[in-house]
Amino acid sequence: MTDLPAAGAIPVTPSPSRSILETDARTRARNRAEARFRAYGLGALLVGLIFLVLLLGSILWNGMGAFTQTQVTLPIELLESELDPEGTRDPAVIGEVSTFGYNDLIEASLARVVADAGVQTELDAGDLTDILSSGAAAQLREAVLADPSLVGQTVTFDLLAASRVDGYVKGRVTRESLADDRNLSPVHLDVVDQLRDAGFVSRGLNLDFITGADASEKRPEEAGIGVAMIGSFYMMLVVLGLSLPLGVAASIYLEEFAPKNRLTDLIEVNIANLAAVPSIVYGILGLAVFIQFAHLPQSAPLVGGLVLTLLTLPTIIIATRASLKAVPPSIRDAALGVGASKMQAVFHHVLPLAVPGIMTGTIIGMAHALGETAPLLLIGMVGFVASNYPGGVVEGFTSPNSAMPAQIYEWAKRADPAFYERAWGGIIVLLVFLLLMNLAAVLVRRRFERRW
Amino acid sequence: MFHVKHPATALALVLAATPALARDNVQVAGSSTVLPYATIVAEAFGENFDFPTPVVEGGGSGAGLARFCEGVGENQIDIANASRAMRAGEFETCQANGVTDIIEVRIGYDGIVFASQKDGPAFAFTPEHWFNALAAQVVQDGQVVANPYTNWSQIDPALPDQEILAFIPGTKHGTREVFEERVMAAGCEATGALEAFVASGMDEDAAEDACLALRTDGVSNDIDGDYNETLARLEANPTGIGVFGLAFYENNTDRLQVATMSDVTPSTESIATGEYPVSRPLFFYVKKAHIGVIPGLKEYVEFFVSDDLAGPDGPLAEYGLVSDPELASVQQTVADETAMAAPAE
Repeated sequence: MTDLPAAGAIPVTPSPSRSILETDARTRARNRAEARFRAYGLGALLVGLIFLVLLLGSILWNGMGAFTQTQVTLPIELLESELDPEGTRDPAVIGEVSTFGYNDLIEASLARVVADAGVQTELDAGDLTDILSSGAAAQLREAVLADPSLVGQTVTFDLLAASRVDGYVKGRVTRESLADDRNLSPVHLDVVDQLRDAGFVSRGLNLDFITGADASEKRPEEAGIGVAMIGSFYMMLVVLGLSLPLGVAASIYLEEFAPKNRLTDLIEVNIANLAAVPSIVYGILGLAVFIQFAHLPQSAPLVGGLVLTLLTLPTIIIATRASLKAVPPSIRDAALGVGASKMQAVFHHVLPLAVPGIMTGTIIGMAHALGETAPLLLIGMVGFVASNYPGGVVEGFTSPNSAMPAQIYEWAKRADPAFYERAWGGIIVLLVFLLLMNLAAVLVRRRFERRW
Repeated sequence: MFHVKHPATALALVLAATPALARDNVQVAGSSTVLPYATIVAEAFGENFDFPTPVVEGGGSGAGLARFCEGVGENQIDIANASRAMRAGEFETCQANGVTDIIEVRIGYDGIVFASQKDGPAFAFTPEHWFNALAAQVVQDGQVVANPYTNWSQIDPALPDQEILAFIPGTKHGTREVFEERVMAAGCEATGALEAFVASGMDEDAAEDACLALRTDGVSNDIDGDYNETLARLEANPTGIGVFGLAFYENNTDRLQVATMSDVTPSTESIATGEYPVSRPLFFYVKKAHIGVIPGLKEYVEFFVSDDLAGPDGPLAEYGLVSDPELASVQQTVADETAMAAPAE
């Protein structure tokens, strides 16, 4: 006797006459639910895409201006009587004349050019120089010190225009917005217009923005992200040099050699926790340990790199362990089976197969570190720092420098709206680097990753 | 093979070797109001001298002075910028940490302006208006009451009919102290609130504290960031009024409209003559022990207060600094390296 009733006992209900071509109510409900879910998914994707387009659009819109720069081409008479009255042509003697001494030369030359070009203006010579960057004098002085034979000649210089003139040429500044401005008046813009027609004012590619140094608050037109880029580069060298070997060694030990006990469990949990620690905490740690205890120099990329190493290590360890785990045990077993030692099995067979995953994790970790600002705040790398090119490799690590994201943050804080444009421009440069690094990670994964 | 040991030893070597590296650049930190002036001087210094350009960080007067007083040595900053004078407590901390000889350098004066959105109504303020708008307790009909005002026109019918919303510097900024002293305390006295507080049974200290106590119902907002943050808040809140440095306002005249204070329009001229009431001296503090050790420190300080830079026609004045009428005596202080006396409590 089974629980099943005999076949004959079931009342034979006539099977409902339904066609597979017609859907019943429940199927339709299921189909609707699926269609709704698809619509939600697509909607979420679209919202994300719209934000991405808006973000990229606003970055490009605001930042592209930083890559062009207005210049004023002026023949400057480098008067011997002003720069080198004794006629010695000795750089030490010429060096006595500070940048303030060059302002008079620029003033005179600009007034002459304006008069020669037939520009009608009521501005006097002293006010006219407001259309030029205050860094023009330094540019002249540098050129003269580099080549003292220029003294006494008339040399044509491409001088930077003041930030507001630059903004006018780019359409950012208008006559109305200058109504109450103390730095430049609408009358200056009339002069700029006429000089532009006469060919003295031009707008060109701004390579200095990519290669140059930071400038003071009065000269946004001079500021560049180049030195900060070098700072970021040296920091990344430190990060790569320390976190890759340390991270890989730690992961191999934990994954392949360490006994599984409470201690290693604790270490594992802590590594996972470290990956989630806010980055500013690493900055405080860096300040306390590297600067105040170990007496490493402040504002140095070496310290920045060490702090970012701490930040990147957990990421690299986690990525490396995951890729070591992904190597099938059969590979280890086969190696051990033909008589390899454990170390040989790991280094000759497992590790090479895990390298693509390790590379990807490292590149992503570095990209993360490249974009970090918060820990750098506390170790003196945010501020007016990136103004000197490092003198050499050693100085690159130890002399004060900033980093790209720190430089962007610094510019965004400054009063002159022209710095705002630079900040957006800096974001574009930083994004290009991040994009390249992420692209490299994708390529490495595509090209070398093996699946079992 | 992996040579794990090598980077580790390299790190150990680096850690061991760097104390021997002498710092060859001047390190400055502190007030974000002084920061623009300091960067202008640092840049010109780098251009005109053979020393590297000094490193200048912001962070606020309080934070800068705290770092300054941490001690003497190459891994400590040389100069702290401050938009207020050093306090007695800070001086004592300095002394306790071995920062004994401090040179106080006054570089000039800065105005604090009240500004609103460019296309909004114009404001003509007095300190009394601000006290009535922001104090936690005010006096109404002789009684001390919790601040009832929500609209500027309730305080003074001459002011525009606009809700009260203020963005003032946070407590870590030196600007806040000037705001309290020159606006809130002055307004407290002028409205008779100080007397009323005392009359209501407070002792003098408590009454003075009550003068500076701000309302906490969201009308007064502390901004701990820089002036750009205040500007962004004004753009998001068209009825807001922000507190700015004169130099910042002068760089953003296309977006800001400045209010008069006691019928005086802020400008370098009206601040220099003392007509505009809300101004304060700007300082920086130098560790005497670092002079001669850090290359270029003395030269930087002398260059900062030279007539070419800090004088009435120099680039600092062009940026918005009100030149110190007693610049010559400041230059003398620097030349003699005269250490400051302990500030009064």
